[in-house]
Amino acid sequence: MSTPVLDVRELVTVFHTDAGPVRAVDGVSFSVAKGETLGIVGESGSGKSVTAQSLMRLLDPPARIEGGQVLFEGRDVLSMSQRELTAWRGASAAMVFQDSLTGLNPVLRILRQVTEHVVAHGRMDKRAARRHGIDLLRRMGVASPERAAASFPHQFSGGMRQRVMIAMGMANDPTLLIADEPTTALDVTIQAQILDLLANLNESFGTAIVLISHDLGVIGTICKRIVVMYAGEVVEEGPTAAVLDDPRHPYAWALANAVPRLDAPVADRLPGIEGMPPDPLDMPKGCRFTPRCPWRISRCGDERPPLAEVAPGRKARCWVTADGRSLPPPSIPAHAKPPIPSTAEPLLVAQDLVKHFPLPKKSFFGHREVVHAVNGVSLHIMPGERLGIVGESGCGKSTLARLVTRLHAPDAGHIRFDGQDIATLSGEELRLLRPRLQMVFQDPYASLNPRMRIGDILAEPLLVHGRVKNAAEARERVGGLLDMVGLNKAWGERFPHEFSGGQRQRISIARALALEPALIVADEPVSALDVNVQAQVLNLMLDLCERMGLSYLFIAHDLAVVRAFCDRVAVMYLGRIVEEAPAAELFAHPSHPYTVSLLSAVPEPGRQRIVLSGEPPSTLRLPQGCAFQARCPVARPICAEPPPLTEIAPGHRVLCHAPGSLKPLQGSP
Amino acid sequence: MSATTAMPASRLRRRIRRYGLAWAGGAIVLAWILVAIFAPWLAPYPPEAQEITARLEPPSAAHWLGTDILGRDVYSRLLHGSRVSLFAGFSVVIIGATIGTAVGILAAWLRGIGEEALMRFTDLVLCFPPIILALALAAALGIGTTNTIIAMLAVWWPKFARLARSLAIVQRSQEYVEAATVLGLPQRRILLRHVLPNTFGPIAVLCTLDLGIAILTFAGLSFLGLGVVPPTPEWGSMIAEGRELVEQWWVATFPGIAILSVVVGFNFMGDGLRDWLDPKAQSR
Repeated sequence: MSTPVLDVRELVTVFHTDAGPVRAVDGVSFSVAKGETLGIVGESGSGKSVTAQSLMRLLDPPARIEGGQVLFEGRDVLSMSQRELTAWRGASAAMVFQDSLTGLNPVLRILRQVTEHVVAHGRMDKRAARRHGIDLLRRMGVASPERAAASFPHQFSGGMRQRVMIAMGMANDPTLLIADEPTTALDVTIQAQILDLLANLNESFGTAIVLISHDLGVIGTICKRIVVMYAGEVVEEGPTAAVLDDPRHPYAWALANAVPRLDAPVADRLPGIEGMPPDPLDMPKGCRFTPRCPWRISRCGDERPPLAEVAPGRKARCWVTADGRSLPPPSIPAHAKPPIPSTAEPLLVAQDLVKHFPLPKKSFFGHREVVHAVNGVSLHIMPGERLGIVGESGCGKSTLARLVTRLHAPDAGHIRFDGQDIATLSGEELRLLRPRLQMVFQDPYASLNPRMRIGDILAEPLLVHGRVKNAAEARERVGGLLDMVGLNKAWGERFPHEFSGGQRQRISIARALALEPALIVADEPVSALDVNVQAQVLNLMLDLCERMGLSYLFIAHDLAVVRAFCDRVAVMYLGRIVEEAPAAELFAHPSHPYTVSLLSAVPEPGRQRIVLSGEPPSTLRLPQGCAFQARCPVARPICAEPPPLTEIAPGHRVLCHAPGSLKPLQGSP
Repeated sequence: MSATTAMPASRLRRRIRRYGLAWAGGAIVLAWILVAIFAPWLAPYPPEAQEITARLEPPSAAHWLGTDILGRDVYSRLLHGSRVSLFAGFSVVIIGATIGTAVGILAAWLRGIGEEALMRFTDLVLCFPPIILALALAAALGIGTTNTIIAMLAVWWPKFARLARSLAIVQRSQEYVEAATVLGLPQRRILLRHVLPNTFGPIAVLCTLDLGIAILTFAGLSFLGLGVVPPTPEWGSMIAEGRELVEQWWVATFPGIAILSVVVGFNFMGDGLRDWLDPKAQSR
């Protein structure tokens, strides 16, 4: 076997914090062969990004690499001088970051940034570099590269910026490309484009790729081999398919099973593992996963397991599977969902909702531009029903959530809630209605007032609406609420910053439940959470729905999450609902071309994708006729006219001239 | 959550190194506050006691910082002068910050016409050079500590209004404020219990940095003869009394050093406070 491109041996990176040293990367070893694709997966704080930064020697104090070796084609990276390092980084190894906005210099033109280090290393003169740069941009799939080369980063969308970042990384044809969460900030259809690009680079140029992600689906579509990290250690390593189908470490098991999948049953519990990663200042003595592990044996708490070979080509750090055993498949607790009474009146009916936001004028005499956020949305929610709204960023789904909860007033349309028209209510009438209509927000870090104790946050609505007589009674109710969402009753004294993202989201849910609402609008409630925590929160929301007969309007960009949670799903594009159907029906027979391509773009191993070209058009000027025609693979002349809303099956409505004309590709497992 | 029970000495050292200047500034400020409180007990002579036979004496054992043109002990007057200076500084900044913050937050909440009206009025006041406007107002109101403070307040609040408005606008779009609205909390409560406390940090920093400037401005107005009624000891007027005495340098120099030390003290403290409240500095 030839020397691997990258050989990492027992790498240790320590952060010297005020509270003490944190071993963020603790004895990590792996290797990447020429032209190989390796995925590193783990939740936030598992040390995967620090590993990548250590490989490139990009860390600043207080972080220090304190042990191990990083060999790049046999050369020791850790002992390189600053000059050697600079030459090596540009020429042989490159890195692509998650945040394409801060990764690019806002005041330099794109071409200059792409070709900067080619010129700096003296490989080409300026004119040759210009040709090379434009050629690179074309290869990365940037539309009209000549014009793009002369643009500034802010004129580009996130997907385009990420292409530019990759172009910068590829400028010197490196042997190794490290991509740290390259698609996390992007929409699914754009993510699919970028993943295709990366796979293509690997195939056509033989570039070895190390892809770091929290998303197993993303890793699975590109990487042949996978490294699973937990609490700074590698806990499992092996071929991707094998690890996903038959994980040998309990944490890998939890990761593989907690991900909502498109081929799982609709509205079912997700198997997750309770608990949180250990405190990095106070690691357990034995196996670091012991406190959360459902299969732990007495040995696990005392002895740290080695990363041992458990099957040919597979390693795992676990005492339980050390003898080559598999872990049991997930058992899902059976539960019966009470049927929704079909005769009941809908709880909420929205008709032809419209919301436009005027932008500030660019000049005094200039005309005012308008963002067309929501352009005629009608929907209804039955009591006890969970309606999901799916769409990419900018499709108007968050605005819709804020219209339904009346944080915004609609420009046109009606909202009937509980038999009352709430679209035009204001002031005190609206305030008294609010308890029945609650909301859970996306960002667990911004949705709780940082200066209030949890107990006060939860008690405030109870006291203001007179649901409790005094502070003592409020305290008791708060204890009950915390208990209901699976938190310790005594935590009411704490401040929000003392909790993790998942715990904060539970607090947000408890706050929404405090006033016993009939409908909860949840705006991307799990998109900021790690998969395992996401599974826990989704399970909690399902439980509460069934126990209390709640209805949900559930907004998400992740189709698999919606499928795991909702009874009925509506797909939004450019401020309109383009398809609406019961969840099982929609996922089995998607009929709008946008739904079909959205479904196929979900990264899952082995899935064939329909990659949409281009990006959603601007919401400043709405296209005439069908909003999707510019990107639609099966567009025809009639699409220049507004499409009709057709009911193609009971409850299955599509806004399209030719529903069903784009067939989903076969080939998913 | 972490093991905070045993704080290692290295951590303590790091803290002191990071905020060393801030601690020094705090010590200077604290010392002056103590001096202002205990001035009558610390000063060897009453501040207004004249001793015609001992005019313009250089620093000596009897008069540590010398005497002025009327034979008053500079050291005693310096200690008593801290009372007026600190009182004026604190009054101007605290009242000014309160008015300004109220205007700014109200503007951010009203939006539309109300916001425009309040902020354009703020801009109007900001248009004038502050010292000149305060000078004109103080002259019109008449000499005296209270009148000078009122004149300074008139030019002091606008910067707080601007800061508070921009902070409140940031908070206004935060999800926790939306959450409070969805919970059906009354507007006034959202404003007072949710928005206001979250704007305190930067306003406190501005207050601290501003205290030094307010004391300096007040001394400046006194120097021009507007601040205090003559026999009352005040640093600015003490400098004014000594400004033509080139030979007797001690009359003007020591009050100048006093002003310098207070301004520097508050600035160091404000810088430290700003770094401490900066979330980026904390994560390190």
